[in-house]
Amino acid sequence: MRIRPQILYCSILLISLATGVASAQNAGASSGYPVAQGKLTEPEHRGKGLYRRYCVGCHGVRGDGNGENAPYLDPKPRDFTQATFKCRSTASGSLPLDSDLYATITRGIHASGMPSWNPLPSRDRSDLIAYIKTFSPRFHEEQPGPALPIPAEPPASAESTQRGAAVFQDMNCWSCHGKDGRGNGPSAHTLTDSRGYPITPYDLTTGSRFKCGESDRDLFRDLMTGLDGTPMPSFTDALKPDQLWDVVHYIRSLQTNHGQDGEAAMVGSKTETGK
Amino acid sequence: MKKNNLPLVVTVVLLVCSASVVAARTGSAPNNPSNASAVVTGVVKFEGTVPKPTHIDMSQDPKCAKLHPAGVRYADIVADGNGGLENVVVFVASGLGDRTFDPPTEPAVIEQKGCLYEPHVVAMRANQELEVVNNDVTTHNIHPQPANNREWNKSQPPGLQIEETFAREEISIPVKCNMHPWMRSYIAVFKHPYFAVTGKNGSFDLKGLPPGTYTLKAWHETLGTATQTITIGAAESKQVEFVFKARPSM
Repeated sequence: MRIRPQILYCSILLISLATGVASAQNAGASSGYPVAQGKLTEPEHRGKGLYRRYCVGCHGVRGDGNGENAPYLDPKPRDFTQATFKCRSTASGSLPLDSDLYATITRGIHASGMPSWNPLPSRDRSDLIAYIKTFSPRFHEEQPGPALPIPAEPPASAESTQRGAAVFQDMNCWSCHGKDGRGNGPSAHTLTDSRGYPITPYDLTTGSRFKCGESDRDLFRDLMTGLDGTPMPSFTDALKPDQLWDVVHYIRSLQTNHGQDGEAAMVGSKTETGK
Repeated sequence: MKKNNLPLVVTVVLLVCSASVVAARTGSAPNNPSNASAVVTGVVKFEGTVPKPTHIDMSQDPKCAKLHPAGVRYADIVADGNGGLENVVVFVASGLGDRTFDPPTEPAVIEQKGCLYEPHVVAMRANQELEVVNNDVTTHNIHPQPANNREWNKSQPPGLQIEETFAREEISIPVKCNMHPWMRSYIAVFKHPYFAVTGKNGSFDLKGLPPGTYTLKAWHETLGTATQTITIGAAESKQVEFVFKARPSM
């Protein structure tokens, strides 16, 4: 098949233009919009300027998740006024650590409107966190709990996977995620997030990119802490660490793409919209 | 030497007296309502046709369905033959001024039994311990969804007990088990001890109120909130009635 020269030139022009725009954006990444300082500390003040530039469109001026783009997004942008965050290293109900928020901003949240803000300088991401925390009085009134410890992962084995399958049944994980982990359990169609919007359980068989990180340790942490603001509960009191690792190994066994090389592993995976 | 000590002694005596007066104003009497004398008793009534209970389908979890061979029916409006409305939270909404109250040491309890919550409506104090019990043979997750408190969501297999607290007043926090979508309950959290949940005949009593003028409210999960104002003197007993009417759509 031959490509016509006009199409080739146009493609090169568009790619150059897009690269230039991206580069220009990155060059100006450290500068937020000018905003009044008021009673804000210096990091909060810088963070507010950055927030008004990068975050306000979805999360809104008041941080309540009602930005002008919010009606078009599913799942909805985080409401910072509630200080309830999915991705934490702390117990369910606890505030997140700054390092948790930093990790989320850096990583982004897969299958949502939240992109990775890794291109922003480290200081900008820290300042954004300082400002985001001003939206809820909880950050002044409470201290986040300690990070829950993650013990070393035992080797995955057929026995561990089998035990994990039994725990998956006993803990009623199937009621949302389905008997075979496809996200089609009997309760799936009834689930909502804490703001009342419908939410779909994760299809464990096709998705290998989880919202709060993709490693086995990230999965272990999700099971321990739960994803606050969603129907996914914390299992830290219900299960021992070895049992949690068994569940991680069982979930990995459902992911036929897991372990393959990067992009190839993503081919054929459908978009996830759940927790 | 003795002369020099006199002002110090007077100061200490005055401080002790002041502290006693402050303690009496802010704490002890209201903390122990049985010692106070004023009592508000009453009834909450429902006017209209009580909607028929609907069938709960528990078949998705055979461990739950097995507990109810004859089936389960549920209604959010439960009233007796006289219209006495159950599961209404009646409480003092204002009039206590800046009095503060220590939370009780005994916990409030919510139980999961027969894959339902018992009681359906829990009223408790801010910072009082909430004991969550699972007496079923299946795993639940207990998931309060507050607007003014921190949200938590915990898996609870049979036998595991969970203790939690709510720090702020909130009327009322919906509670879900996401695994069993028919399960729903409400937790009302108060910063004072003057509240009650109506029983099967819609009756309630609020004991030990200090004399004063109060706004009383009655809250029901689907019928909303009714309000009235009362003035009560020392050693006085008052009767109060709240009436909720059926919504036009019922």
